[in-house]
Amino acid sequence: MNINIKDLRFTYPTGLEALKGINLTIDSGEQVAIVGQNGAGKTTLVRHFNGLLKPASGSVIIGGWDTAKYSVAKLASRVGYVFQNPDEQLFSRDVLTEVSFGPRNLGYSKEKIDELVKRAMALTELNDKAETNPYDLSPTWRKMVALASIIAMDTSIVIFDEPTTGQDAVNVGRIAHVIAELKKEGKTVITITHDIDFCAENFERVIALSKGQVLLDGHTREVLGQEETLAQTYVDPPQLTRLGKRLGLKETVTRQEEFMQAIT
Amino acid sequence: MAFINLQNVTYKYPLTKGPVLQNINLQVREGEFVSVIGPNGAGKSTLCYALAGFVPHFFKGEFSGEIEVDGKQSSKSTLDEWVLNVGLAFQNPFNQISGAKYTVFEELAFGLENIGVPRDEMKVRVEEAMALTGISDLADRSPYSLSGGQQQRVALTSILVMRPRLLVLDEPTSQMDPIGTREVFGVVRRMAEQGMTVVMVEHKMEWIAEFADRVIALKEGQILMEGRPNEVLTSDLLTENGFGVSRYTSTAREAKKRGLWRKDHLPVTLDEAVEGFKK
Repeated sequence: MNINIKDLRFTYPTGLEALKGINLTIDSGEQVAIVGQNGAGKTTLVRHFNGLLKPASGSVIIGGWDTAKYSVAKLASRVGYVFQNPDEQLFSRDVLTEVSFGPRNLGYSKEKIDELVKRAMALTELNDKAETNPYDLSPTWRKMVALASIIAMDTSIVIFDEPTTGQDAVNVGRIAHVIAELKKEGKTVITITHDIDFCAENFERVIALSKGQVLLDGHTREVLGQEETLAQTYVDPPQLTRLGKRLGLKETVTRQEEFMQAIT
Repeated sequence: MAFINLQNVTYKYPLTKGPVLQNINLQVREGEFVSVIGPNGAGKSTLCYALAGFVPHFFKGEFSGEIEVDGKQSSKSTLDEWVLNVGLAFQNPFNQISGAKYTVFEELAFGLENIGVPRDEMKVRVEEAMALTGISDLADRSPYSLSGGQQQRVALTSILVMRPRLLVLDEPTSQMDPIGTREVFGVVRRMAEQGMTVVMVEHKMEWIAEFADRVIALKEGQILMEGRPNEVLTSDLLTENGFGVSRYTSTAREAKKRGLWRKDHLPVTLDEAVEGFKK
């Protein structure tokens, strides 16, 4: 299910012009990271994918559906969106009910719902917390509940808005594992992140936004190697990329193995 | 005498099973910049609340031990006396914004209004604080119309404007863009150099090593390790206990196994890594 964005513009009621003509195509099954300065329009952009925001002009087409003509409820069968702050999306009395809410509303059979919920809970390591109230969990685990509740909807496209914020190393590893599993299943994963090392290690394509426009778009290594351009949108290259540059390596390196090969 | 002095601090929230902080002893001198690291659930935020007086005054629960800041004991002070000296920026900036103000400028003046700062002085202080954190262009925006990272800058600025003697920051850069993060570390460093004492919970090891004086590693409510940033952040003990490390550290550790890192010490910062890897 492709995402086609043509000359997308959006202005908030306050007069703030957040998106100033975005053109993008994201193919089915791609793993894309969106990076950029605070206020660059990252969240505003992805909120157009599931119809929470509608274009002021231009269009967003999700697998042939023009989001301007479809409700958020309808688009929810194609696009799952995990909010930046889990507290904005959790409301059930226990984790199991929360995770089941999405698939139940999509009208799947009982067997399919059970299977999807079971898989999502296992993937996010929530099995021992099924009966706990989400608000009795730490913010870390609330984040995992938010992830599970969206994964259980089995949408072709999954969006994560800053999934690693405030997470420790172990949990960042869990989130990376979830993304890898979704990739295996052929899902499109779009992730907003400020964690550039995480971005380098888990995504193949990076889009850098700046002041409501696409600044850079391409293969992770190509985009994250462009230190001066990235600085325009307050992004640093990954740590190993900076190290490689300082050591005078010819190729841009972003991950540990590439770095090792380059210095051996 | 230490500016902050924690003696045998043990604390349990009303509804948690066991203690969240266990027998914490900690001294921090005036003007020191201390960074607290630890896995989720280590007690980092609770330690922030304890320094800010919310534990136990607001959260209640079972508290023992003593917290002193600038010679005053938390147990013998009220929360409204305590906040004149200590400022806390919450982990989630959304929890901090008052909801009572229409613009960022007014939001930043809110704390000053409450302690009766004269109007003219208030304006000057708000403008200075906004310039310091680079948010002057947000002055007329509604705090709720901002992005996550912008809100976080406003939350930090609303504490700096109060000029507390002790600044407690709970993951103040978690939603900020990378270069903005580095700038905030720089601002906090400058505050410490001007005599403000800083306790900052963070996960970003590279910048902790570059800017902080000392690192406290917490795990399961106890101090696992403390010391100079390079010493703590390269310790095997951290990796064994599920702490994150900078890519410079993890890569050099791997390179050491393959005979490609020849220094005794592992790096945390870019300069240290360049020094060790260059031919």
